[in-house]
Amino acid sequence: MSDYNFAYLDEQTKRMIRRAILKGLAIPGYQVPFASREMPMPYGWGTGGVQVSAATLTPDDTLKVIDQGADDTTNAVSIRKFFEKTAGVATTEETAQASVIQTRHRIPEEALREDQILVYQVPIPEPLRFLEPSEVETRKMHSLEEYGLMHVKLYEDISKHGAIATSYAYPVKVEGRYVMDPSPIPKFDNPKMEMAAIQLFGAGREQRIYALPPYCQVVSLDFEDFPFEASKADHPCDMCGAEDSYLDEVIMDDAGNRMFVCSDTDYCASRRAAGHVGAQAAALEETAA
Amino acid sequence: MNADVLKGGFANAPVDAAHAFRAAMNVMARPGTIETLEGAVPPAPMSTAAGTLILTLCDPDTPLHLAGDWDCQEVRDWIAFHIGAPIVGASHAMFAVGDWDALAPLNRFAIGTPEYPDRSATLIVEREALATKGATLRGPGIKETAEMALPEAEAFQMNALLFPLGLDFFFTCGDQVSALPRTTKVEAA
Repeated sequence: MSDYNFAYLDEQTKRMIRRAILKGLAIPGYQVPFASREMPMPYGWGTGGVQVSAATLTPDDTLKVIDQGADDTTNAVSIRKFFEKTAGVATTEETAQASVIQTRHRIPEEALREDQILVYQVPIPEPLRFLEPSEVETRKMHSLEEYGLMHVKLYEDISKHGAIATSYAYPVKVEGRYVMDPSPIPKFDNPKMEMAAIQLFGAGREQRIYALPPYCQVVSLDFEDFPFEASKADHPCDMCGAEDSYLDEVIMDDAGNRMFVCSDTDYCASRRAAGHVGAQAAALEETAA
Repeated sequence: MNADVLKGGFANAPVDAAHAFRAAMNVMARPGTIETLEGAVPPAPMSTAAGTLILTLCDPDTPLHLAGDWDCQEVRDWIAFHIGAPIVGASHAMFAVGDWDALAPLNRFAIGTPEYPDRSATLIVEREALATKGATLRGPGIKETAEMALPEAEAFQMNALLFPLGLDFFFTCGDQVSALPRTTKVEAA
């Protein structure tokens, strides 16, 4: 296969990460410190997620890597190649075929099963960090369950914009205890976090691992008179016609034309393969031909 | 020195440990499920599952407590050769192995601190049998309810009240493993 240990990391590092994952699952939403290693990719490219995946993978797994929902972007392709080379695992672009899915900033549209694991790449794991820069203070706030500051932030959103303007990395409360940053997923994805699969979060630069067991209670913070809303662009996908998927807005020219397409490329492609056609699909295929 | 202590480690450490961790993670994430855990052959009285678990999770960084009959020379030698974990008293342990009676009283073990609830002990409880019938379980990882045979209910109810502090448990028997994190609410059968 290669001259690397299976899945790149040495065994002692994997044991340390595995212990952190188990404590993370036992204390859902709590950020477990871990001794993050330097990986052969820069911070911000998913070093945390890669380390969690490396500690989780077995040779029997099929890995899928997505970046903003897409399988074919630089980050996703390079991480997929990394594990093909160092772990020799099978890879796929189909959500249903994968046993481990590493993701940057999206949850796949297709519901995940009990035998799947979702690994998130997390840039800033601390939801209170932009409100309180001191780690000593935020740690104390978590220990005292002192989350008033987060509600003030959401309230300020309402007073400035008339609605909660936070649209991604929308804070959640896990099992009524820890406020957690769901990583920069769109808030459209927040309700999907109460899922059948195990969810693991890795932040490499910030050296934190946290986790959600299946069917864990995950509540997006809100107010009685300003309830949480899982918003998306009010438009069907122009490629596959899906009305229930999260959309990317693509600027087509400098005359103001734009189109909306599914951010989950596998979901869009499988719908098109099944015969669903969006408003601009025919025109685009003509241009391509 | 007895040459037997040199045997019983993983045949293919990275792959065996990866499979073992996956089983351990699945049971910790889904209280009430039982999985197979094999690869290590530890000396008696330690079960295959318990031996595999400490081989997967423990190393010189993790103080280990051996309770009751599990604190014997054969086990100590096997751990010294394969794992290198320091053998310590209950209050300093990150991991502990033994049967339910030998591990009691549980208040000897670290339950973490309010700022670092992860600095708590994980107890590996050796059982005569594992079963998915018995006490009713509710909590994270369980869709509605699950069932598991437990040595008693009260100790786990008291442990759950400490949340987010508390102990986490693995139960092992032969090559079988199940788990109970601190978040699970236990109701006696």
